Amino acid sequence: MENSSSSSIVSTESEKNSVLNLKETELRLGLPGSDFLGKKAGTGISLFGKDLKNEGNNGFRQIPLKNLVSGAKRVFSDAIDGSGKWGFSMKGGSEVDLGNGGSENTNALQSCLAGPSGKEIGNPNPAKPVEEKKNENNSTAPASKAQVVGWPPIRSFRKNTLATNLSKNNVVEEKSGLGCLYVKVSMDGAPYLRKIDLKTYCSYAELSSALEKMFSCFTIGQYASHGLPGQEHLSENCLKDLLHGSEYVLTYEDKDGDWMLVGDVPWEMFTDSCKRLRIMKGSDATGLAPRAMQKCKSQS
Amino acid sequence: MDPKLKKTKDSSSNSANSPDSTHSSFPFPDEVLERVLSLLHSHKDRSSVSLVCKDWYNAERWTRTKLFIGNCYSVSPEIVARRFPRIKSVTLKGKPRFSDFNLVPQYWGADVHSWLVMFAKVYPFLEELRLKRMTLSDESLKFLATSFPGFKALSLLSCDGFSTDGLKAIATHCKNLTELDIQENGIDDFGGGWLSSFSENCSSLEVLNFASLSSDVSFDALEKLVRRCKSLRILKVNKSISLDQLQQLLVHAPQLIELGTGSFQQELTPWQYEDLETAFSNCKNLQALSGLWEATSLHLPVLYAACASLTFLNLSYAALQSGELAKLVAHSPNLRRLWVLDTVGDKGLEAVGSSCPLLEELRVFPADPYELDLHHGVTEAGFLAVSHGCRKLHYVLYFCRQMTNAAVATIVLNCPDFTHFRLCIMNPGEPDYLTNEPMDEAFGAVVKTCTNLRRLAVSGLLTDLTFKYIGKYAKNLETLSVAFAGSSDRGMQCVLQGCPKLRKLEIRDSPFGNAALLSGVEKYETMRSLWMSACNVTMSACRLLAKDMPRLNVEVMRDEGSDDRQADKVYVYRSVAGPRRDAPPFVLSL
Repeated sequence: MENSSSSSIVSTESEKNSVLNLKETELRLGLPGSDFLGKKAGTGISLFGKDLKNEGNNGFRQIPLKNLVSGAKRVFSDAIDGSGKWGFSMKGGSEVDLGNGGSENTNALQSCLAGPSGKEIGNPNPAKPVEEKKNENNSTAPASKAQVVGWPPIRSFRKNTLATNLSKNNVVEEKSGLGCLYVKVSMDGAPYLRKIDLKTYCSYAELSSALEKMFSCFTIGQYASHGLPGQEHLSENCLKDLLHGSEYVLTYEDKDGDWMLVGDVPWEMFTDSCKRLRIMKGSDATGLAPRAMQKCKSQS
Repeated sequence: MDPKLKKTKDSSSNSANSPDSTHSSFPFPDEVLERVLSLLHSHKDRSSVSLVCKDWYNAERWTRTKLFIGNCYSVSPEIVARRFPRIKSVTLKGKPRFSDFNLVPQYWGADVHSWLVMFAKVYPFLEELRLKRMTLSDESLKFLATSFPGFKALSLLSCDGFSTDGLKAIATHCKNLTELDIQENGIDDFGGGWLSSFSENCSSLEVLNFASLSSDVSFDALEKLVRRCKSLRILKVNKSISLDQLQQLLVHAPQLIELGTGSFQQELTPWQYEDLETAFSNCKNLQALSGLWEATSLHLPVLYAACASLTFLNLSYAALQSGELAKLVAHSPNLRRLWVLDTVGDKGLEAVGSSCPLLEELRVFPADPYELDLHHGVTEAGFLAVSHGCRKLHYVLYFCRQMTNAAVATIVLNCPDFTHFRLCIMNPGEPDYLTNEPMDEAFGAVVKTCTNLRRLAVSGLLTDLTFKYIGKYAKNLETLSVAFAGSSDRGMQCVLQGCPKLRKLEIRDSPFGNAALLSGVEKYETMRSLWMSACNVTMSACRLLAKDMPRLNVEVMRDEGSDDRQADKVYVYRSVAGPRRDAPPFVLSL
C-alpha cells in the first residue's frame, strides 16, 4: 500500500531525537523528502532513479502518482537541492511544508528540476553537513539560519584547529581498520572496474555524483542502443538520464557477503559495512528494488 | 606609641603641601622607603601606594620595574616614560576582548611600535615584553630584537600582524633569551626555520612555547637546543613533532615542569612505546601537560606514570571519549585544572567528579560549535556531576547546548566558592529546556550564593531579572559578558548602578539602548572599558557621553550599510591620553 505520508510524520520528524539510531533505520512510509528535517545530511540516496533515502524512510518511498505521470522523474536533483541537503527544498529554503499535499510537491519537484540539477552536490568539507544539519534541525526557524558572527565565543585558533583535527581524526580512525576505505566498483557491462575511497564522501549524494562521473563513459554506448526517445545527441548527462530512468541500481556487498541495496542505512553504517559496490542492471536487480523494476518496465 | 613615629605621620600628611620639608622630617631616607616598596609586586598594591602622598608616589615610581597596562590606549608612551624611569618588564593589552571572536575589524589598532620606540629610548635595559591582543609587525620584532641587549622574555598571546620572520629576528639577536612564548596568534607561518636561528651559544632558554605554529621545525635544531638549555622548564612543541621525537626530547629534559606534546598519533614499535613510557615516567617534576593532538586510547597509557604529579591537564585539543578521559583522570588525583573537549560527554565528566577531588578549574570546549544536534557534547548532568565531586571548584568555562535553572542552583550550592562562572549555552536565547522558562534563576542563584564572584558570563534566554539579580548581589563582580540577553534598558542600568567593582562590561546583541548607556555616565571612569555591539545605541547618545565626559574615549564603529544614526559598535574607555591619534577611518572618535 502506497500512501502519502501525512504531515504528522513531518512533525514527529522535526522533534529532536534522542534515540537516533533506532529512528534512522525505522521502517516508515512517507513522502520523499519528508524525513529530512532534524537529520544528518546525506543519508539518503537518490541515484539511479530510485527513491531517496531520507533517514527513516526505508525503501518504499512514495512518489505521488501524478509526478510519475507528468514525467517528472525522480532525478538526482529532486533529492538534493543545490546545497546538498536531502529531501525536497523549495527555492532557497530548507523547510518544506508537506502538509499541503500533492500540488506543493509537484511544484517542489519542478522547481528542483529547474534548479541546479547539474550542480556539484555536497563537498568533502565536514563543516558543510554540519551547517546543513543546523538548517534542517530547526523546522520552525527561518529557512537559512546563518551562523552568527563570533558565536559561540571561541577563538579562531581553536576553531580552526578543531576543524582540521576532527577531519583528520576521522581519517585516522578509518585507517586503523574500522570499516572499508577503498572499495571496488563494478558496473555491469563495463570492461573494467574502478576503485573509490568511501572516506572521501560523507553522503550518498556525493557518492552518487562521483559514480555518475566515473561511469558516464560506459553508458554512452548503451544509452544510444536503448534509443530513448527525445534525445538526439549524447551529453554528459546521459548517464544520469539513463540512471534516472532507473535502468541501473546501485548495490553493495556487505561484511556478511550479502548484496544490499544502497541507501537503506545511514551513511556511516553503510561505509562501515560496505566491501564493494556494483552498479547492477535493472533487469538483474530483482528482489532488491521492486519499484525500480516497475518503473523500468513501465518505461521500456 | 613612639612619638618620633607619630611626628613622622603628621609630617607625612603635610608632605603634599611642602615637598621639600618632608625630606628633613621624614626619619627614613628615601632609599629605605624605596627598598621597602621595591618588595611590592602587585600593580594594584603599587597603585594604592602611589596615592598615599607625594613621597610615596615618587618612591613608588622609582622602584617600579614591572609595568602593567590593561588598555594600551588608556595612557600614552610619553606619559609612561615621564613617570617611570626604571622599567624592566612590560605587559600591554590592546584590543577589546571581543576581537577574539572577529567582532573587531582588522587594522583597528593597538600597534605596539610606538611603544617600542619609546622603550628603546627610555628603557634600554628592558628585559620582558608580554603582549595580549596587540598588533605587531616583523619590523617591530626586529626592532625589539636589536634595541635591547638584555632582552630576555617575549610572550605574545592573541596578537597579529607578524610572521615567523619576526620570530627569526628574535631568535637570532636575543642572545640571553630565557622565554619565547607564542600563543594563538594570527600570524603568517612561513616555515619553521626560525627555530634554527637560535645561536649555538644560546643555552639560557627556560620557556619555549611554539605549540600554535603549524609548520615543521628542524628537529635536529630543536633537539640540540633542548639539550643545551639545562634550565628549560616549560617546553610546548607543535604538531610537527612526532611521538618518537618527543621521546628523544624528554630524555634530554626530564626536569620539565610543563610539557606540551606534539602529535600524539603515530605507529610505534613496542620498543618505541616502552621508551616513551619510560621517558614520561622519568619526568618527576611534570605539573602541566598539554598538546596531545589526535591522542587516542592507544597511546594515552604512556602518560599514566607522569599523571600522578600533574596539576594541570589541557586536553582541549584531543577529542577524547568518556572512557579514555576516565582512565586518564583516574591516574591524576592531584589535578587542579582540567581543560577538555565536550567529546568526553557527561560520562567523562562524571569520571572527573569521582577522580579529582582537588579540582579547582574546569573548562569544557565544544568540539563542534556549530552542531545543533543535542546528543553531542555535554549537558547539565556533566556539570552537576563535577560539582558533586569537586567541591573546591571555583573557575568554570562550560559550553553546552542545554541547561536548567535547577541544575545551576544545585551546582552553586555544591560549589559556593566560584570566582569565575562562564556558562555558554550555545544556542542564543535558549530557555531552561525542562521548564521552558528563562535562565534568570540560574544566574540569580550564582550571584546570590557565590559572594566572591569576580567574573561572570551569562547566556540562554534571559530577561532583565537576571541583571537585577546581578546588580543586587554581585558586589565583587569585575567582569561581565552579556550576549543575546535582557529585555530593556533597565537590565543594564541595574548592573551599572549595582556592581561597585565592575571594571569590564562587554555586551553584544542585547536590547540595551541610550538610556542604559547614559545611566553609566559616572561609572565608566571607574571602569577599564565598556563594549556594546549590536545593541540599540545611537550616535547622538554616544556624542552626548563623549561631550560630558572628556576623560572618556568614546569610539564608534559602524557596520556597512547600516543607518547613519545607529552606533553599531561602541567602545568606551577611560584615558589620560586623550582620543586616539592612530584611529583608522572606520573608528569614529567622538
